Amino acid sequence: MPSLNLLGQALVSGVLIGGLYGLLGLGLTLSWGLLHLINIAYFGLAFLSAYLTYHLGTVYHLEPWFSGLIIVPVFFALGVGLHWALARFRVSGLVSLLVTFGFIVVIEAVIQLAWTADFRKLELPYEVPSLRLGRLYVPTLELIAWVLASVFAVFAWAALRWTYFGKAVRAAAEDPAIAASFGINHRANALLIAGICAASAALAGIFIALTTTLAPSQMFAWFGVVFAVVIIGGLGNPLGALIAGVLIGVAESMTMAITAPAWAPLVAFSLLIALMIWQPRWL
Amino acid sequence: MAKHAGRASRRAVLGGIAGTLGLAAVRPLRAAPSGQPVRVGSTLALTGPLAQTSLIHKAVGEIYVSLLNKKDGLLGRPVEWILLDDQSKPDVARSLYEKLITVDKVDLVIGPYATGNILAAMGVAQRYQKMLIQHTFGLPHLAKYEMQFPASPIGPEPNKSAPIPIFDLLAATKTPPKTVAVVASKFPSTHFISQGARAEAEKRKIKEVLYLEYEFGTRDWGAIAARIKDAKPDFVYFGALGVESVQALDAMKKLDYTPPRHYHLFTAPGPLMLAAEGNNALAYTYFEEHPPFTARPGAAEMIPLYRDKAKQLGIPYPYFDFQAAASATAWQMLEASIKGTKSLDDKNMAAWLKANEVDALIGKLRFDGPNNHGPDQSKVRQVIDKKWVVVWPTEYAPPGVKAILP
Repeated sequence: MPSLNLLGQALVSGVLIGGLYGLLGLGLTLSWGLLHLINIAYFGLAFLSAYLTYHLGTVYHLEPWFSGLIIVPVFFALGVGLHWALARFRVSGLVSLLVTFGFIVVIEAVIQLAWTADFRKLELPYEVPSLRLGRLYVPTLELIAWVLASVFAVFAWAALRWTYFGKAVRAAAEDPAIAASFGINHRANALLIAGICAASAALAGIFIALTTTLAPSQMFAWFGVVFAVVIIGGLGNPLGALIAGVLIGVAESMTMAITAPAWAPLVAFSLLIALMIWQPRWL
Repeated sequence: MAKHAGRASRRAVLGGIAGTLGLAAVRPLRAAPSGQPVRVGSTLALTGPLAQTSLIHKAVGEIYVSLLNKKDGLLGRPVEWILLDDQSKPDVARSLYEKLITVDKVDLVIGPYATGNILAAMGVAQRYQKMLIQHTFGLPHLAKYEMQFPASPIGPEPNKSAPIPIFDLLAATKTPPKTVAVVASKFPSTHFISQGARAEAEKRKIKEVLYLEYEFGTRDWGAIAARIKDAKPDFVYFGALGVESVQALDAMKKLDYTPPRHYHLFTAPGPLMLAAEGNNALAYTYFEEHPPFTARPGAAEMIPLYRDKAKQLGIPYPYFDFQAAASATAWQMLEASIKGTKSLDDKNMAAWLKANEVDALIGKLRFDGPNNHGPDQSKVRQVIDKKWVVVWPTEYAPPGVKAILP
């Protein structure tokens, strides 16, 4: 029987990794739910951001936080440009899945060309000790990622729910033609949303660089779980993505703490299938 | 024009003779390879999750082929290496070997990386009766094809033999471990050898306080780290691949815990060596970049070239370790079998390898055991002062170096 301390530590670990799932899923859920684009290029952008953070940190000795000030706005612009191109060629629906998968393959090749296939680890020049919560340890970098993911998700959710911009975006997602007849510039709004999605991917990438060892092909390892997060959280629902991320993160972590860790990858999809069968109203 | 070309002046002839003699003085006389190239086909995981290690095999292969061509090639013919990307997928490797043999019509094939892809290529080689020299197949009991030859000296039963050196090293310390945690990847070769480590620990009456299996590609190590910390083992055996165990150590560090002694099976050497928590980490090897290994055939020539190439490619760990040595050894075996038989006939070459010893970079290799394996030459290496050195068996350690074990 696992000790209470072990279960508590697994809970902390699951909640924190859930924040990263939510942050990675944010771009996909907004893009899929509000722009009707299954834009999986955000996985590639997140890893490109991670490698840029690594590069700026190791070559130019730039703090990741300063790197973020450069990378996030650049990726915002990149997201806007990418969406403009997709809209220009009228890419939507399932075709967008294929096209953006192509972008990922290109991004992976670019990363491999620039940084090789070998492992890269961003070593900070200083220790970042974990916080103590009684007998539990809370890793600081993961906690910062979780807090930022939460702020981002709550802010996006509130903006969509209560601002004119949010209502306009939701209206355009329902019916762009009718929304346009009410004077909503849905194309400009879509560009803004795409920029926010790419910026959130860039932010996730910075924390991936800070907390893991990088290899180009690892971007594919996040696909399944983040897709499950987006579906369970509800398309276009940033808060839902965060909650689903935490739910899956905790379920995986608890599985690893109680049974064989090898069972953990089954958890996300088992949860997804169970919820599909149950069909709760929020799904 | 023909008239002018045939009228060579005495000055031109003398100049030509002097030039030729001058060139001969600075270069040893050697016939450059000529004629139709000998085409060697292979795949490597140039993309996908195994690409990190394949990068090493690619660099070594390119150096070896260029060295061959600077000498007299193979049988006096230049060597051409046709290398394709199997994307780390056995099904792709199988199709590409089929293509190399039937469409590209290569003269010879050499193995891919890693175990799953080698097994896939082996089936194709068997179907077309091509000899297959492979670098790092981790499941020798499945290598039933009589014309496959391993370059890595892991012996016919690595599940039994490979864990012995680390447990021997621990037993030789003042405080041998009483408890062990075995944390094993489900990747086929690491899983197979980890089962042997469990059996070896049991045989030595070391109590197994934790056994964990995890999937290849695990992202979150927090809960696994917490379980290891909770079990308080004297020794952790990571049956891990690549950076998995480095990530586990990193996760444990966040819990303010580092296991007193930890061993990593097929770890990526760079990240573990560079990580603060990797200090004094133990790992599997059969070649490191120091004497007596560097005195072996081909080492003096290969190592500096590999270092340059690795730096040029941007490989963060530019040292010539056992993966690079296995790769070079595969090419040495191919060269030796061609020179030994003076032919490119797969059956003749295979028969020659079965009957002869190859004095290679990895050591003296024999192929007369079960499934063409010779004896196991596994060793233990350790990160000491940010460098990997062999610490067991002690006769392979650099002078004055001893394992550091708390």
